[in-house]
Amino acid sequence: MKLLDIVVKDAIIPKLKATERDEAISEIVEALVAAGALSPGLRDEFIKSIIKREKRGSTGFGHGVAVPHVKHSAVTEMAVAIAVSQSGVEFNALDRQPVYCIFLLLSPEDKPEDHLDAMEAIFGNLSQETFRRFLRQATKIEDVLTLLEETDSRASMR
Amino acid sequence: MPTPESAFVPNKVSACVKIINRLGLHARPAMMFVETASKFLSNVTVCRTDTKEPVDGKSIMQMMMLAATQGTEIEITAQGEDAQQTINELVALVNSHFMEE
Repeated sequence: MKLLDIVVKDAIIPKLKATERDEAISEIVEALVAAGALSPGLRDEFIKSIIKREKRGSTGFGHGVAVPHVKHSAVTEMAVAIAVSQSGVEFNALDRQPVYCIFLLLSPEDKPEDHLDAMEAIFGNLSQETFRRFLRQATKIEDVLTLLEETDSRASMR
Repeated sequence: MPTPESAFVPNKVSACVKIINRLGLHARPAMMFVETASKFLSNVTVCRTDTKEPVDGKSIMQMMMLAATQGTEIEITAQGEDAQQTINELVALVNSHFMEE
């Protein structure tokens, strides 16, 4: 699965304002709504379920990254938002460190394999120090898109 | 003093097991796997039997890269003095559907 196929370009936030987990989740979900990837009527419900999911176990897996997500029947295809924080977000990460790169996933409820493929594509990149470093240096949506294009073309060569 | 038998205890143990829970090895089960693996001294590696590329069973990021859906067979390998116990618990965890359904 290519990242550019699932990332909602208008929901890339190179300069996330929020500095705490719940605010960050709201800000990113709002971007998905503004981008037309999620109906405004579902905004609050999605924010609530994503936060609830985080409380059951943090998706701040360390190395300054987090992948909050929700599976919902109203989602028909994978939609991913990307946020980069310059100052760091207090995300209750497993290593207690602030988070700088957030991939937020909306996944269809009945396609667990799509969700897993998306996670594989995301972590294939996030597990690499260079990818994390370049992403953190991004200040414009175009910077993020360029990075994703490069990693997608590298992935397809593998 | 180690007992004479301990010299014969293999320190590398592997097991193949199928992911049976409907949602596959998504974040929460992967986290449970990593937490269980991390309780032991043994090194733990996991690979899909169809690709054979091992990942670190104590790294959540690497475990997420397996994309193991329901029905995927994985091979778990533990190496260390508590290898057998490590494998026993990890296999039991997978077979418990990660307590999901």
